[in-house]
Amino acid sequence: MSSLAATESQISVPTRATVIQPAWVRVMHWINAAAMILMIMSGWQIYNASPLFDFRFDHSITLGGWLGGALLWHFAAMWLLMLNGLAYLVTGLVTGRFRRKLLPISPASVVADIRAALTFKLSHGDLTVYNAVQKLLYLGIIAVGIVIVLTGLSMWKPVQLHWLVSLFGDYPAARYVHFVCMALICAFLVIHVALALLVPKSLRAMVIGR
Amino acid sequence: MAKRSFLIPGVDKRLLIKDSIKAMPDLTRRRFISGGASLGALTLLAGCDVIDSDSAEGLLKKVSKFNDAVQSWMFNPDALAPTFPDSAITKPFPFNAYYTLDEAPEIDAADWKLEVRGLVDNKKSWTLDELHALPQVTQVTRHICVEGWSAIGSWTGTPLRDFLKLIGADTRAKYVWFNCADKDGYNSPLDMRTALHPQTQMTFKFADQILPRAYGYPMKIRVPTKLGFKNPKYVVAMEVTNDYKGGYWEDQGYNSFSGS
Repeated sequence: MSSLAATESQISVPTRATVIQPAWVRVMHWINAAAMILMIMSGWQIYNASPLFDFRFDHSITLGGWLGGALLWHFAAMWLLMLNGLAYLVTGLVTGRFRRKLLPISPASVVADIRAALTFKLSHGDLTVYNAVQKLLYLGIIAVGIVIVLTGLSMWKPVQLHWLVSLFGDYPAARYVHFVCMALICAFLVIHVALALLVPKSLRAMVIGR
Repeated sequence: MAKRSFLIPGVDKRLLIKDSIKAMPDLTRRRFISGGASLGALTLLAGCDVIDSDSAEGLLKKVSKFNDAVQSWMFNPDALAPTFPDSAITKPFPFNAYYTLDEAPEIDAADWKLEVRGLVDNKKSWTLDELHALPQVTQVTRHICVEGWSAIGSWTGTPLRDFLKLIGADTRAKYVWFNCADKDGYNSPLDMRTALHPQTQMTFKFADQILPRAYGYPMKIRVPTKLGFKNPKYVVAMEVTNDYKGGYWEDQGYNSFSGS
């Protein structure tokens, strides 16, 4: 019995040490993924009601069926996105994870790592350390996430939150910024998912933590 | 696909499909889930009825009620909608309705009267001349459509709160409910705090001209703190009431508060 217990503790020590993604990161990551997809698909349906540009999103990739349904989805999923996002930012700052994982970041390191990536020399061997390109992308997408929520609130309550609208110029400007943020998030999503599929162990870490 | 028949032992595939078809949303009703029918059929085939369009629709409506409450809490009766110089007016200001301009009501002022109902001391009807004689103000504000576009217009008329005071309305009531002459009988409730907002206006003029047919002749309710669909045109009656009576768009799923 005692020898078995000793074996278990010996195993558990390295196991604990290799936790790459703590539980809170994994839970919030997947809630965020679901909320983002609901927001993007319903947002495309809302866009279609009065397009900003000379195209519409195909009905098969939108959510809500019509404008009223899409608005119901959008204004329901916004709570999920906002509350989860807020919890993520607070936890990331309080635990020091953002500082540890995403800083420091310098222009020189970003250039060096982009060059390494383009020549297929950028290693993704150690999942516990982010390279400069990853740091830039993750910091960038957090910033975009904050801006898309702020522009969204501006469009939702342009009279009550008038001070917020003036931050982006005016109501129509906030609408364009909201759209650009959506496009950036979609671009990030494509790169993010493609890389996760190329490095399956990163996907495994985001599911089971190791 | 044929393999699916033995995925769920003991289940008759044909009956299952029949049930799936029955579970499809009524096409006369607006669908809240894109492709709700196929999703419903899929969950039935998978043998689990965790999500179907009815339960999703019910949940979304509950969240929408919650959003009504949040918006009502955020609403500041003293916060004014931004006003603009005349140079900012959108030209031409768009006509927008669930029908074409040809189908817009053609109202003869001689026949028209504004009916006043509900919790008010004086229920007399008002002719257009009587209304035009009331003190009027002009304001240039942005009309924001639920679709996302917006346009700036110049509106002249009597503040609704002055009129409500004049007719002895019970301003502790919850709503002022408007009935309109549009086809299909457009109607919409306005919460009392918004009805009493200083910029909420019984509008008789657009850009200093008698309100054109396109914008709701002879009277429109201009509410700069609400989305455009809650700005009734061609108004024929107003009722002060504590009952939530629904509205043309509200009944189809648009959020009832829809404040801006």
